[in-house]
Amino acid sequence: MTEETMDTDISLPTNRVEDFLRMERLPHIWCPGCGIGTTVNCFAHALDASGLDLKKVAIVSGIGCTGRVAGYMKLDSFHTTHGRAIPFATGLKLANPELKVVVYSGDGDLTAIGGNHFIHAARRNVNMTVILINNFIYGMTGGQVAPTTPIGATASTAPYGNFEEPFNLPYLAESCGAVYVARWTSFHVRHATKAIKDALLKKGFSFVEIMAPCPTLYSRRNRLGDGLDQMKFYRDNSEIQNGADTKTVGLSFQGKIVVGKFVDKEKPTYLESMNAFYAQKLGDQFTPYKG
Amino acid sequence: MKADPKGVMTGAYFIDGDHACAEGAIAAGCRFVAGYPITPSTEVVERIAERFPLIGGMFIQMEDEIASSIAIQGGVWAGKKAMTVTSGPGFSLMMEHLGLAAMTETPCVFVDVQRAGPSTGLPTLPAQGDMMQARWGSHGDYAIIALCPNSPQESFNLTIKAFNLAEQYRVPVLLMLDECVGHMTERVVIPPADQIEITPRRYWEGPKEDLLLFKADKDLVPPMVKAGDGYNIHVTGLTHDERGYPDMTPAAQEKLVRRLVDKIRLNADAIVEYKEDQVEGAEIVVVSYGITSRVAIPAIEQARAEGMKVGHLRLITAWPFPTKRIRELSTTVRGFVVPEINFGQMVREVERWVAGRARVRLVPHGGGSVHDPKDIYAAIAYVGKG
Amino acid sequence: MARTEIKIGGFGGQGIILSGYIIGRAASIYDAKFATMIQAFGPEARGSACSAQIVVDDHEIAYPYITSPRIMVVMSQEAYTKFSPEVAEGGILITEDELVKPHSLRKDLTHYSIPATRIAEELGRKMVLNIVMMGFMTAVTGLIGVEAMRSAVKVSVPRGTEMLNSNAFNRGYEFGLGLKRA
Repeated sequence: MTEETMDTDISLPTNRVEDFLRMERLPHIWCPGCGIGTTVNCFAHALDASGLDLKKVAIVSGIGCTGRVAGYMKLDSFHTTHGRAIPFATGLKLANPELKVVVYSGDGDLTAIGGNHFIHAARRNVNMTVILINNFIYGMTGGQVAPTTPIGATASTAPYGNFEEPFNLPYLAESCGAVYVARWTSFHVRHATKAIKDALLKKGFSFVEIMAPCPTLYSRRNRLGDGLDQMKFYRDNSEIQNGADTKTVGLSFQGKIVVGKFVDKEKPTYLESMNAFYAQKLGDQFTPYKG
Repeated sequence: MKADPKGVMTGAYFIDGDHACAEGAIAAGCRFVAGYPITPSTEVVERIAERFPLIGGMFIQMEDEIASSIAIQGGVWAGKKAMTVTSGPGFSLMMEHLGLAAMTETPCVFVDVQRAGPSTGLPTLPAQGDMMQARWGSHGDYAIIALCPNSPQESFNLTIKAFNLAEQYRVPVLLMLDECVGHMTERVVIPPADQIEITPRRYWEGPKEDLLLFKADKDLVPPMVKAGDGYNIHVTGLTHDERGYPDMTPAAQEKLVRRLVDKIRLNADAIVEYKEDQVEGAEIVVVSYGITSRVAIPAIEQARAEGMKVGHLRLITAWPFPTKRIRELSTTVRGFVVPEINFGQMVREVERWVAGRARVRLVPHGGGSVHDPKDIYAAIAYVGKG
Repeated sequence: MARTEIKIGGFGGQGIILSGYIIGRAASIYDAKFATMIQAFGPEARGSACSAQIVVDDHEIAYPYITSPRIMVVMSQEAYTKFSPEVAEGGILITEDELVKPHSLRKDLTHYSIPATRIAEELGRKMVLNIVMMGFMTAVTGLIGVEAMRSAVKVSVPRGTEMLNSNAFNRGYEFGLGLKRA
């Protein structure tokens, strides 16, 4: 195991999270032991630590259990259609570049039905942060197989087990052009918080995958115990490998989990590229786009 | 309010309906367009792609029509006037997001340059087969506005009107061209900016804490705000309350969807537009729209030359439909003739409001070309014989 | 002037569509008439024979397509073979001398021909052939005012080639006037 060298010194004072939530909408819909709420906690702390003007932060979700996150955040929040949070966010960001736009959604939403948008937003390096909560299954609809379900794991539409190769999400994100790529689990709250904060402050398409237990569907169907058992599994089987080659970080059923910050590089954003390119091509004729 | 002169290309031009649509959008203040190439609509986005860098607009060619039709909604919530443009297959892909725009009351414009379908059909040739899809294409119940230009000049004018109606009613507005109007080249006069009336977005002006983003005024239209102004708005495709929060109850559904439908239904008198020619005293009325309204004219003139009393009612808004006028005429005329480049879409609406009080004769045409005016004449003569 | 249908035929690259634009612009913007142009899209636009169809009228144009053109301008043999049967009874057929041999020419037609290729070559640019044809058509048909056509040519051709094209138009026009006088 690689020694952990990241600065994770982010204080977690109690109750600060409430300031970031629409308290009037609680209790939330998530099951006991679900990891999504933990990630929301991380997100709230990351927002706090980021120093961003919250008036200028907008959150966009698709459909699914994680898709409900937007609705609980006390931010400008958009709960869009299934798989389409990223193109909505693209419109929001490009129409008003002053906004910090965060997409917060699940693995099925962002990489199955929304996979096409994911790869193109990364390719364009649209300046946004995508937080993907990976629970390896479709939770909202009752536990169907996802493009992230490991081979051998069962789901309601893969009752004999999944035989399809799942996505290695960090590798996918990096190869499409993401400038920041990290993976953590809901056990690694400090690391995840730091990663989200870094992603929020990163210019360009930043991507954070957070693995989270779905005790009601994924864990139960696969006899993995409850939420706590999954957290113990994350603790015991995760290996921090900052800077790991994303090709090597694919996940297998109950196998080793490589976590860490894998990619952190500089590249002009979509708008920077557009403005620079047109300024050169069109000279004085060009009206620089300011949103 | 008047148009921003920066974008307005005042003058007389010989351009096609697609290019005129692009100029109309620019004149209307549209500065965000997301699209995906598809014949015969592509010229609209090509023109936008050329013009926008010169006037400070944002054009993005998205990865597909699904993305385009929701990127524009992001653009709207960030404060822009926004449009997407497509044709048949792309229009089908956009349907979910037409519903999202209706449900979230996002003012935006969808342009459909109709080609012959179903499926890939005849990509380069005209049809009017998407008229019912425009009204009912997304799942669930809602209401939209759809306009049907019949010339490049009207393509320019009605694109501006589409944006204005979208803002006035916080609703998606559809501009239903057809390939013929889209590719037909004629003189288009673009007036000076100070002669172009623009409806600005109806932003909330009350105290910040009092905002209810989905609480309607008397005209059933709620106020708008934009992201980044500190309102912490929530916008969802789920059934929602006046704050925008999900409210998954039959009562909330009844209240919200009834208003979405009533917003257009009860304001229909103000929205509906049609043009009449010798309809008063007519025995037969031809009801037409888009290119077919021009193709019908030789047939109508021939029938009139032979002494038949033929009126012509041309739909400019297909949706909402001029229900009152059709019902009124149904008590005085012998019959209606409805030519359309499909096998019977808007004719159903005519039949519904005529309700058996007069004859209704469809002149169907499969698409790929316009009608032979002789067929329309024959239908007029048939109804005339009674 | 009553509704007049015009068809221009030739092969891709000859500036057939541009010729249609010039006629449409001249009529509708500079000559207080109405004009509607339809381009052939689809396979026809990619084949060797392409065409532009223009309706010109003193009154608003309802039906936008042409059915039997009174005036036809052809700049290739294939276009002649393919399109000339469509010309209206008693219509006008205008051809380019070298490119079109009008075999079995219909007796009811008035036929005008011009060595536009040679004229264009004399001007140093073979590509202005279509503009020579436009000048010629203007003279022999009298359909659209010559000044309107001149203005339309000026705004329709690539920047920097206005003079060349204006000369081309004038050469065609003069040739046409010569034929009319003769």
